Amino acid sequence: MDLGPHAGFIIASYGLCLLTVLALIAWVRIDKANQERALKELADQGISRARPDQGRN
Amino acid sequence: MAFWDYANPTRFLKLVQVLLPWLVGLCVATFAIGLYMAFFTAPEDYQQGDTIRIMYIHVPSAWLCMMCYTVMSISSIGTLVWKHPLADVSAKSAAPIGAAFTFMALVTGSLWGKPMWGTYWEWDARMTSVLVLLIMYLGLMALWRTMDDPIKAGKAAAVLTLVGALNLPIIKFSVDWWNTLHQPASVVRLDGPTIHSSQLWPLLVMALAFTLLFFVLHLMAMRNEVLRRRVRALRMRAASVSRPATASASAQPAE
Repeated sequence: MDLGPHAGFIIASYGLCLLTVLALIAWVRIDKANQERALKELADQGISRARPDQGRN
Repeated sequence: MAFWDYANPTRFLKLVQVLLPWLVGLCVATFAIGLYMAFFTAPEDYQQGDTIRIMYIHVPSAWLCMMCYTVMSISSIGTLVWKHPLADVSAKSAAPIGAAFTFMALVTGSLWGKPMWGTYWEWDARMTSVLVLLIMYLGLMALWRTMDDPIKAGKAAAVLTLVGALNLPIIKFSVDWWNTLHQPASVVRLDGPTIHSSQLWPLLVMALAFTLLFFVLHLMAMRNEVLRRRVRALRMRAASVSRPATASASAQPAE
């Protein structure tokens, strides 16, 4: 595919957009992993959202 | 179940879990079609040549950076007026995504401007007002980080967001109100688009793909923010339980 004399500008535009979108995806995924790890650590310490009387009859 | 019931964060998380895979699939498919049209079916422009292909990412980024701020403004009204549980979460989560879209709009516009206008940057009204929008996004992200209490930070940010919303009509109408280097609107016009359909369709499909990308990222970021607030609440609860014990232990005689 021939993008003409300004191919460098076109490729740079799409490349920078791709990098920005990948950075956004990495941000949300890493953030999710961090929050889930923190919740798991708290749950391991016995701190969870369940009420103290939950599970008893 | 009424729409407002999804204001409950737990119900919202369940809804996200169901919606997200479908939205991701739709987003990827729309991008595949849009990029194929942008590179293989859309013709060169008689003046711009192949650089028109930059428009297929520049214009959707520019639309989305404004739409994202509109979402933040509506969420801010929800925070201030109705104290909606997810409104503040929505506004905070949208800011980094809006900043990224604004950055993409500025960079791709600049890379299009060099071969077409002979300059990467001009301090004209459209470009300057979009740069102000980027600064607003960064300022709001900084404001949220300066306060520990998310509720207080959310209220302050909501006020600032609504003040910043004044910039949106300035961005939209800057090309009509002032004599700018940036061309006037050619798609969203009262008398209809002035672009040929062979170039309009790829643009609309790419705009749909970018919109879906925004919703996917926004839902994911909102889910993270709900989890972050749960972590904070649990840590505070743990601290409040352990503090009286620590205090009573320190009050014991040294011997």
